[in-house]
Amino acid sequence: MVIIQTKKITKKFGNITAVNELDLEIEEGEIFGLLGPNGAGKTTLISMLCTLLKPTAGSATVNSFDVFTQQLKVRKSIGIVFQEPSVDDLLSGRENLELHGMLYGMDAKEREKKIDEMLKLVDLVDRANDPVSTYSGGMRRRLEIARGLMHKPKILFLDEPTLGLDPASRKNIWDYIKSLAKEKSTTMVLTTHYMEEADMLCNRIGIISSGKIIALGTPAELKRKVGEDIVRIKGTTDLEKLKRYKFVKKVEVDGEYTELILDNAAENLQTLLAACSKLDSVEVRAVTLNDVFLHYTGKEIHDEEEGEGSWFERVMRVGGTRA
Amino acid sequence: MLELNAVYAIWLREIKVYLREKERVISSIVSPILWLFVFGSGIGETTYPGTSNYQAFILPGILVMSVLFVSVFYGLYIIWDRRLDFLKEVLVAPVSRASIFLGKVLGGVSDAMLQAVILLVIGTLLIIPLEPIRILYILLILTLISFSTASMGLVLGANMRSQEGFILIINFVMWPMFFFSGALFPISNLPEVIRPISTVDPLTYAVDALRTIFFGTGAFPFYIDIVVLLAFAAVTAILGVISFGNLQQAK
Ligand SMILES: Nc1ncnc2c1ncn2[C@@H]1O[C@H](COP(=O)(O)OP(=O)(O)O)[C@@H](O)[C@H]1O
Ligand SMILES: [Mg+2]
Repeated sequence: MVIIQTKKITKKFGNITAVNELDLEIEEGEIFGLLGPNGAGKTTLISMLCTLLKPTAGSATVNSFDVFTQQLKVRKSIGIVFQEPSVDDLLSGRENLELHGMLYGMDAKEREKKIDEMLKLVDLVDRANDPVSTYSGGMRRRLEIARGLMHKPKILFLDEPTLGLDPASRKNIWDYIKSLAKEKSTTMVLTTHYMEEADMLCNRIGIISSGKIIALGTPAELKRKVGEDIVRIKGTTDLEKLKRYKFVKKVEVDGEYTELILDNAAENLQTLLAACSKLDSVEVRAVTLNDVFLHYTGKEIHDEEEGEGSWFERVMRVGGTRA
Repeated sequence: MLELNAVYAIWLREIKVYLREKERVISSIVSPILWLFVFGSGIGETTYPGTSNYQAFILPGILVMSVLFVSVFYGLYIIWDRRLDFLKEVLVAPVSRASIFLGKVLGGVSDAMLQAVILLVIGTLLIIPLEPIRILYILLILTLISFSTASMGLVLGANMRSQEGFILIINFVMWPMFFFSGALFPISNLPEVIRPISTVDPLTYAVDALRTIFFGTGAFPFYIDIVVLLAFAAVTAILGVISFGNLQQAK
């Protein structure tokens, strides 16, 4: 069953088109990954699906409710971990979670239990009663995640949930996401900068660039579309000849290296190497999601290049502006 | 339409935040006391409707002023909530925007009333003794006023994009509303041309209602004051629910 559907959904900010007539269908129970360079429109798309931003044009349904006309019903179906910091500085960690539980209609007992479970998950038990203003950036992030995961929504949006986390916390979050996925009752929409994270967690991935989905499929399908293996050769090669082979999907020259994407290196590597007159070194590896990403967007994914500074800088800046 | 647990949750957050920001609490208590004693002592003895003590005469006006300032500032505060993005968490919650709005308003009413009670205690002890039943009526009227002014502040805050509007609102909304309300002088002393402005200023009726309770005489019949104040509350509340319904994330 399709649980999220967008039809030509569009969001413009002045003359910037953040999301551009985007069509997307997400199936119930899947973990859907949204990958794209910074500014591609991922957060804007999620904000519209969460009823926090009104689309400029087009429509979308979430859990079969219209995000425009049935906002409250949509909100009752979803949970979200925001990309931007949104925990309350003046409250303690526990109070933030308590407020969340109350807003989501949990009774005191259920709240208590869930809060303890979440604090343990994100390793904040010791600091739970300190004001958030005394937390480090990573701790705030973890609290943010705990809050988003606290109630079990039908659809969970995770906007770069593990950005800026240490490896141990990241692994905790992955395990929790996987355990949620096993129950099959939660659909997840995840954006991330970490390709291995997307590869490991997501059933399907959509690559988004300039507000459009430009590639869609399972991680394996996407990789296959690009090619199976990458061969990096240092030596003298005859480019024209190489390009003529059917199994060669792409050839790129990078200084004294030639990089080729091909199908089935095991079968075709000999033919390929025979066509090179002089070989200094050869390196073969499988295509990764990162190659897929590069192939479609022409860009490396970098978390540092956020226009307005990193997540942490933003926390600090915002923290300082309050009255 | 209204989820009481959500209203309570939001109100509770506001109270906690308010009590934790010590400077806010202290300044909100100190400034009206200064007003009362600076303004109240500057002017010589004349007779005012119902009293010959100028300090007593302006006490209702100072109460209204303090409620106005605390609750409007409180409302404008959501600009910071938005910049902080905390508001997003509340806006995406599965509760009606009317509940969010009501929880917020009640937070503002609580802040304003805390201060009003302190002022009233000082006023009763030092300026004009009042019996408990009159104090009760005064508190009820002040609650109604703070409900409206907090709603007004939230409407302004919800529709404002940046802090620049802040100064404009203080200069072109709050001060005029205060001055034309007759808080510091009887409106009968005002020049003819200004009197129509006083007549459309809802705070005129707030001050008048309080004066009627304090001194037994007012410029308008008491029921008119009450009807105007109820209408003011209804209009600001409706505008508030609409504004909150339209609230989107700031960025
Ligand atoms: N509130 C806003 N006002 C103006 N431009 C915005 C706003 N929010 C996002 N944008 C712009 O829309 C584009 C998409 O942003 P965003 O959805 O945050 O991208 P992503 O999450 O993929 O990094 C960017 O060019 C960004 O600058
Ligand atoms: Mg984003």
